[in-house]
Amino acid sequence: MREEITPVRPADLIGEVAKLKIQGYRLVTLSCTEIDANCIDVLYHFDKDLGLKHLRLTAMKAEPVPSISPVYFAALLIENEIQDFFGLKFQGLVVDFQGMLYLEEEALKTPFCKFSIQTAEKTSAPSIAHAEPAEPPAAAMPGEPAPGEMDS
Amino acid sequence: MRKTVIPFGPQHPVLPEPIHLKLTLVDERVVEAIPNLGYVHRGLERLADVRDFHQMIQVVERVCGICSMIHAHCYCMGIEELMAVEVPPRAQFLRVIWSEVHRIQSHLLWLGLFADSFGFESLFMQFWRIREKIMDISESTTGNRVIVSVNVIGGVRRDLSAEQTRWLLTELDWVEEQIQRLQTTMMEDYTVKKRTVGKGVLTAQQAYELGAVGPVARGSGLSQDTRQTSYAAYGELYFEPVVETEGDCYARSKVRFREALASVDLIRRALDKLPAGEVRAKVKSLKPPKGETVMRVEQPRGELLYYFKGSGEKNLDRLRIRTPTFANIPPLLAMLPGVYLSDVPVVTLSIDPCISCTER
Amino acid sequence: MQAVKRFINRMRSKSPWLLHFDCGSCNGCDIEILACLTPVYDVERFGIINVGNPFHADVLLVSGTVNHRNKKVLTNLHAQMPSPKLVVAIGACGLSGGIFREAYNVVGGIHKVLPVDVYVPGCPPKPEAIIDGVVLGLQKLQRLHEQPSVEKEA
Ligand code: SF4
Repeated sequence: MREEITPVRPADLIGEVAKLKIQGYRLVTLSCTEIDANCIDVLYHFDKDLGLKHLRLTAMKAEPVPSISPVYFAALLIENEIQDFFGLKFQGLVVDFQGMLYLEEEALKTPFCKFSIQTAEKTSAPSIAHAEPAEPPAAAMPGEPAPGEMDS
Repeated sequence: MRKTVIPFGPQHPVLPEPIHLKLTLVDERVVEAIPNLGYVHRGLERLADVRDFHQMIQVVERVCGICSMIHAHCYCMGIEELMAVEVPPRAQFLRVIWSEVHRIQSHLLWLGLFADSFGFESLFMQFWRIREKIMDISESTTGNRVIVSVNVIGGVRRDLSAEQTRWLLTELDWVEEQIQRLQTTMMEDYTVKKRTVGKGVLTAQQAYELGAVGPVARGSGLSQDTRQTSYAAYGELYFEPVVETEGDCYARSKVRFREALASVDLIRRALDKLPAGEVRAKVKSLKPPKGETVMRVEQPRGELLYYFKGSGEKNLDRLRIRTPTFANIPPLLAMLPGVYLSDVPVVTLSIDPCISCTER
Repeated sequence: MQAVKRFINRMRSKSPWLLHFDCGSCNGCDIEILACLTPVYDVERFGIINVGNPFHADVLLVSGTVNHRNKKVLTNLHAQMPSPKLVVAIGACGLSGGIFREAYNVVGGIHKVLPVDVYVPGCPPKPEAIIDGVVLGLQKLQRLHEQPSVEKEA
């Protein structure tokens, strides 16, 4: 990468991020990569006057990472997305979708983790083996008709 | 005070794409909005595991059909940086030209949909009539209307002939004139002003803190445009970000109008300066991408970021796409409180939501 | 009464109303569908109107792949439409999953959840092809109207 990357530890994360916010940095996004069975690499990208700055956090899968969404509200969706894709838990999320932001029950859990998929032996999602749709999410669609009304 | 919770979407007449907002209302006013995504989620970042880095161009083009050219542009730039490919200058200019063609197309599309969202259907038809001309330009110069597929690693697939250039210039004159005519019609209309002025206000401070990008940020007075980083040929073309300060729906549409006109100018200037030479560098003998990098470009909707991580294999280890609408959803959530329920479609559309980008 | 019903059914296939649902599409197909409605292609000359309400619609245009979340919305919409109804799948995605078929959240083509009457191939199909597909579907709709069983139901 052209820009420098500053490594941070989970304990210092919030402090570092708050410092950047005071300096006037804008949160661009978080990028997440799985390194091995235990570690996940989280990159925090910040921007100020078209210059980028990155923080790198190496997180253990089992341990929750402090959420930066109280500092930068914009991190809310990004952290929820990582929670969906990698199963990494964030502590103190402003709105927690509980890993249901994108995925329904039928789709495989933590689809971006190559290692945990193998251990959990959950290969690709079954196509249409489940004819009966599962319970709709709490925010149901208006005008739900009775199931099985579909004619063919 | 009684609170009502109203689901907005996923299937809604003004929304071309499914997004679901859970709105909490007190009387007629929104007090809280919670998004519920995932109706368009496909998981295409993971396709990098099964497609090699050349084939991924076709996949990233289909992140979003409206700005497919710019997605592929960004992707190719990132891979070219990792592989240290020198892109010929003519290809750089051609990429800019097609990107700007796409920007005009996208802005016209949005202006049409926006007019439709407050019931101005004839204006919608007018915008799409002009847009068809842009589609003709796309089709005759690249071979495709929507997904243009001209980018390859190391350059572009097609070239412009002198005859095409001349034709393009005359078509652009027509497009510019038509856009200007509609600009007067739309921006000075009493009813349009009534529906957009002062609706969904986002202050500059809020926009910056919530990470707004693109026309949403520029409509709030932030002069921030990724094209200023001079990627591709933008450094050689004079250009200034378009900024408005009011931060409401009206300002955001003004930004898009002016940007569409600025894009016409950019294309003209790029055609004027178009250097001669090759359009494609040879990359066959080079090693697959290794290392990690971040690439940013400006889409019609704002800043787009790609993160690449390769390990010298044919398949990328990780490809992360942060699309502009994804960054513009938190600002939308800040705009909605205080808005009347009947204005929710207008305010939602004013960020130019592209859901298939957001959810990938 | 029979004559009135027959009259209504005949008229329905002369002026079919469309409902468009975007199911995980990349937008490429959606904008081409919308382009059909605009002055250059103008499907209104066939009496076709785009509506937002499933209860009014005769033809369901679906673009994109089915995923696990929008599957439920799609079946809901289809169930809300009055029969006889027509389903037109647009684009490579609607046919088979297209370029996304290997992605983890993709169930596949529209036929996995709904009975599809017309398939329009292309990525994205040109507006001409989409209009062609809808017109082809209308012939089927007319045949359905003429079937006595449907008339009784209607
Ligand atoms: S068929 Fe092609 S254009 Fe249509 S939604 Fe699928 S990927 Fe997009």
